[in-house]
Amino acid sequence: MTVLALAEHRRGNIRPVSYETVTAGRGLADALDTELHLAVIGGEVSEFAEDLNRDGVDTIHAVAAGEEFNHDIYTQVIESLATDLDPRVVLMPNSVNGLDYAPAVASRLSLPLITDVVGFDAGDTMTAIREMYGSKVETTIEIDADRFCVTIRPNEWPAAEGAGDAEIEEPDVEVDESRVGSTVTGFEEVGGGDVDISDADVLVSVGRGIEEEENIELIEELADALGATLSSSRPIVDAGWLPKNRQVGQSGKVVTPDIYLAIGISGAVQHVAGMKGADTIVAINTDPNAPIFDLADYGIVDDLFEVVPELTAQFS
Amino acid sequence: MKVLVTVKEVAEAADDFELAEGALDIDERYLEYDLNEWDEYAVEEGVEIAEESEDVEVVSVTIGPERSEETIRMALAKGVDRAIRVWDDTLEGTAFLDVEARASILEAVVAEEEPDLVLTGVQAADDGFGATGVALADAIDFEWAAVVNDLDLDTGDGTAHVHRELEGGVEELTDVSLPVVLSIQTGINEPRYASLRGIRQAQSKEIAPYGLDDLGLDAETTESTLSLTSMYEPETESDATVFEGSPEEEADQLAELFGEMGVVEG
Ligand SMILES: Cc1cc2nc3c(=O)[nH]c(=O)nc-3n(C[C@H](O)[C@H](O)[C@H](O)COP(=O)(O)OP(=O)(O)OC[C@H]3O[C@@H](n4cnc5c(N)ncnc54)[C@H](O)[C@@H]3O)c2cc1C
Repeated sequence: MTVLALAEHRRGNIRPVSYETVTAGRGLADALDTELHLAVIGGEVSEFAEDLNRDGVDTIHAVAAGEEFNHDIYTQVIESLATDLDPRVVLMPNSVNGLDYAPAVASRLSLPLITDVVGFDAGDTMTAIREMYGSKVETTIEIDADRFCVTIRPNEWPAAEGAGDAEIEEPDVEVDESRVGSTVTGFEEVGGGDVDISDADVLVSVGRGIEEEENIELIEELADALGATLSSSRPIVDAGWLPKNRQVGQSGKVVTPDIYLAIGISGAVQHVAGMKGADTIVAINTDPNAPIFDLADYGIVDDLFEVVPELTAQFS
Repeated sequence: MKVLVTVKEVAEAADDFELAEGALDIDERYLEYDLNEWDEYAVEEGVEIAEESEDVEVVSVTIGPERSEETIRMALAKGVDRAIRVWDDTLEGTAFLDVEARASILEAVVAEEEPDLVLTGVQAADDGFGATGVALADAIDFEWAAVVNDLDLDTGDGTAHVHRELEGGVEELTDVSLPVVLSIQTGINEPRYASLRGIRQAQSKEIAPYGLDDLGLDAETTESTLSLTSMYEPETESDATVFEGSPEEEADQLAELFGEMGVVEG
């Protein structure tokens, strides 16, 4: 019996969330009084295994199978490892690739699945904590099962640090190629262009609270008056109001300006992933419960359409 | 060809909301219902596929109470041909429908409709589980791709050429063989507004009601080892200094802060 955690890599590098699954996995393994096994699948697995050998891992399964992530291969390999190890928990990251294989793994193993977990409470019954309604509430989900699958939210657990002394195994896992119906043909970088918002010292960032395309001008004027750079949350880019290179967040740019002014942005987890490293965060939002205020150093709880013109006037 | 688009009516919480008594959900008075943002893009993608080729039928399916018909009609108004709504007393009495149960219900609908392509949203905005599409794909033995923000369907050679939007401005280019379930990411297209004509036409389009037993399922489908046991407002982690006063006074204080931080010289 084990906790089986999954590492993630892309284009030759281990992704940081892998070390977070080690920390979360170690916590669960301790609570369940069992070992933590970590699997890494595909790519330079021997090198990856060295890299992943951090404090708290008991065994690493380095499975050579393909180069990059492929959900069909991952699902088969994890199914095979799980059949051998009989894990109490299969712990996967709630990354974009996690979204692409975790539900299939749970389905294959006929195990319940809880996604995007932000905490565990291992009392008499195991309980997972997750958010709902755009982080406005938290919920607890009781798991009345001996075995289950979970995905954990990135950036919630600290990365495992110290060097470990895990046993490294390189098992041969047979992949049924007739069940591999997807092929990765390449990668593409998006969001290039003339502006690099990650270079800016001051970012004035606009979100869905702006309501209409023509209102963007209001924020542009403020950015100009402040000598700042304009950025945005995702819906603004989805709507085509600003180009992709202005998007802050998980699928956009990670920025670390001196000042990040979030205007009409709720602070969804995928947005926060891109700006939480800013030195000083200021939020203007009508909703006092907006999660952006959990991060903000300064805030104004008011209508942006009233506050922003006043602010611009101060600097013009 | 038939395209099945799964849709969900989701609730959004008002600024100042309260939890319902017993607190397994937000008090309904503070919830506003709408079509899930991600599903709007899935619907649009389905409708565009139908417009680009002949003989494509687009069917929407939802698991939801009668209230959700209004939302589903919006999908019909945008060009979906007909819809299926699964609900009954058993579902009404289920506080937490887990991924497996949702996939089982949709699996039964797929068995009935036999689509070639299933489009779902990446996630539902309210519970953010993000798992239904891929779980369904495995259950019905379709190929799949999650978080798709570009789709080029080649029915001739039975392949969907997709982009999967990864983290950090990188997209993965992937070929998946049909039949396939794709979970659609926002921004893949520009969802249209329903035209007046579309809204009128939607009135006469079918929303077929199904109960679990119509699908050959029963209460066992909804049983789960997972149960929602509490919902609460997390203790605020906020230590923000909030500027108070009129908008002008608030702006003054922020301007002063920016001045102190030396913002404007640059
Ligand atoms: C796989 C994946 C990747 C994603 N990647 C990203 C990403 O890279 N970047 C990103 O930003 N999002 C990303 N998202 C989307 C994310 O989940 C949110 O949907 C998005 O960040 C919401 O943007 P928003 O805050 O502008 O809009 P909303 O959440 O709608 O918030 C609008 C805010 O404006 C406020 N408001 C409204 N009117 C006013 C007014 N008059 N004055 C002041 N305030 C007002 C509201 O109170 C609300 O808080 C991703 C999602 C997924 C599933």
